Amino acid sequence: MAPPPAAATILPPAQRHRGYWAGVGRRLLRDRVAMACAAVLLAILLAALLAPWLGLADPYRGSIARRLRPIGFTTPQGFTHWLGTDEQGRDMLARLVHGARLSLFLGVVPVVNAFVIGSALGILAGYAGGKVNMAIMRTIDVFYAFPSVLLAIAISGALGAGISNSLLSLTIVFVPPIARVAESVTTSVRALDFVDAARASGAGAFTIIRVHVLGNVLGPVFVYATGLVSVAMILASGLSFLGLGTRPPEPEWGLMLNTLRTAIYSQPLVAALPGAMIFVVSICFNLLSDGLRSAMDVKL
Amino acid sequence: MKRELVRVEDLTVRFEARERVVHAVNGVDLALAEGETLGLLGESGSGKSVTLRSLMRLLPPRRARIGGRILFAGEDVLAMDARRLEDHRGRSVAMVFQEPMLAFDPVFTIGEQIAETVRRHEGVDRAAARRRALEMLERVRIPGAARRLDAYPHEMSGGMRQRAMIALALSCRPRLLLADEPTTALDATVQIQILLLLRELQKELGMAMIFVTHDIGVAVETSDRIAVMYAGRIVEGGTARDVVRTPRHPYTAGLLASRARGAPKGARLDAIPGAPPDLARLPVGCAFAPRCAQAMAECGEAVPAPRALGGGHEARCLRAEAPRAA
Repeated sequence: MAPPPAAATILPPAQRHRGYWAGVGRRLLRDRVAMACAAVLLAILLAALLAPWLGLADPYRGSIARRLRPIGFTTPQGFTHWLGTDEQGRDMLARLVHGARLSLFLGVVPVVNAFVIGSALGILAGYAGGKVNMAIMRTIDVFYAFPSVLLAIAISGALGAGISNSLLSLTIVFVPPIARVAESVTTSVRALDFVDAARASGAGAFTIIRVHVLGNVLGPVFVYATGLVSVAMILASGLSFLGLGTRPPEPEWGLMLNTLRTAIYSQPLVAALPGAMIFVVSICFNLLSDGLRSAMDVKL
Repeated sequence: MKRELVRVEDLTVRFEARERVVHAVNGVDLALAEGETLGLLGESGSGKSVTLRSLMRLLPPRRARIGGRILFAGEDVLAMDARRLEDHRGRSVAMVFQEPMLAFDPVFTIGEQIAETVRRHEGVDRAAARRRALEMLERVRIPGAARRLDAYPHEMSGGMRQRAMIALALSCRPRLLLADEPTTALDATVQIQILLLLRELQKELGMAMIFVTHDIGVAVETSDRIAVMYAGRIVEGGTARDVVRTPRHPYTAGLLASRARGAPKGARLDAIPGAPPDLARLPVGCAFAPRCAQAMAECGEAVPAPRALGGGHEARCLRAEAPRAA
């Protein structure tokens, strides 16, 4: 049946071409919780980036006389420690803001590395199937057998303390779960009709991976990876806490939590601050990743 | 006589699983001339879709074993290397799938997907490919084609998606269109629109078509010739008119009798008793014999050879000479 010629005029005016990601952005903007979390994270990120120019106290200079002062303590010279001082008399606000640099770095970078490596491995395993899949996925299962904390501690312990070693160990910890998600999504995408349809219209294996597999796999894997950022931060803090990550006097939240733990009875609020920061940032990443997941789900 | 486009000789397809070997296609011979339409009719598991997919070598190479010969315009499809095959698919032969929802990639717009195929085969630039996509969408009469170019598959209705699928298949002017139950997933009113559209486009573009369906009505509507498949063999073939008016194979006769058309309301439909055979353990003789009311002892001994019944009409039945009351 041919449509009546008037059909074209009844239709609403042509919409502007909008991509998939524009639609995702629009839905995400409407999600209040995700937006609030994004705002908090952005504020922390900006503060961390601009830390040297915010007029804060020197995060490395302590004072024996003013150790473990409470929140809002003002020195006789008129300098206010808004968040108190730590066990060496260093300004907590300055240390928390500077600490955000390392903590965020250690949270995001390993996940980004693992995202690249894990997706590549998972897509390769899922698309190739058979023996390749077997070899890759069974190797990954070996890593999977250890709890992630234990694995991170073991690798860091073996490599020695230091930032680059904790980056490496965290990357290794996150490759297996990401590869597994990528593999399962690839396997299910590969069995779908549109991959057959692409093949039927002459697409080669490379085109199918580049266009159809990547297009459908990277989204879910990306969402999963954003959720891992909080875990990475907590693990990185844990490593520092155990003395396997950052070394003093470098400000880093996990390390600060460690050194302040002795002050938990004398100055509990101050001692809890680094933990609170870790909590806030990781819960924001989690909620943001939840929002992203629902914003990206157009297939419902 | 028109030039021959497709010739299939003794095609066999086996799927090898761990301990089972499924004989999906067991010796199919087909010939199709340019511009002609063949309806491949059969129930689920009769091997019709597998036959269709093997024309493009779309079966999973690891598990499927294809035997026999498939010639497309004189070229052996089974001997093509990977590059030649990619060229063959989409350009010479295109396919319309059963489920238009699943046959489009959900993360790209319809226009992008059509343009991608055009660019691959014709090496034109982005703008030209997009123009061709628009032209194809207009050709399959999608209302507001320019707007639909930027629509995602989930934003369109089933009938619209199937039209877009046809546009995609025809975008590179294939010489042969394979249609794998293109109307099964659609509701009745849309079905007939799609059938008419396909027939019209086929005439317009002068391409040949193989139409797989389990619906006799659809097969008659679209096809010049019909081949009825059962258990991986063509049991009866001929012009659409001959096959429907004077079915000579009891299976075809049974299919025709089981249609609801003309039966009084409330009356039981004549179903064919029994179930199709297990393709992993095919009987030695005629695969239909266990369900056939007219089976004889000889039917179980060997697979009956096709018998010519005049006018290109053939049936693989030992009783095919005797005219029967269907």
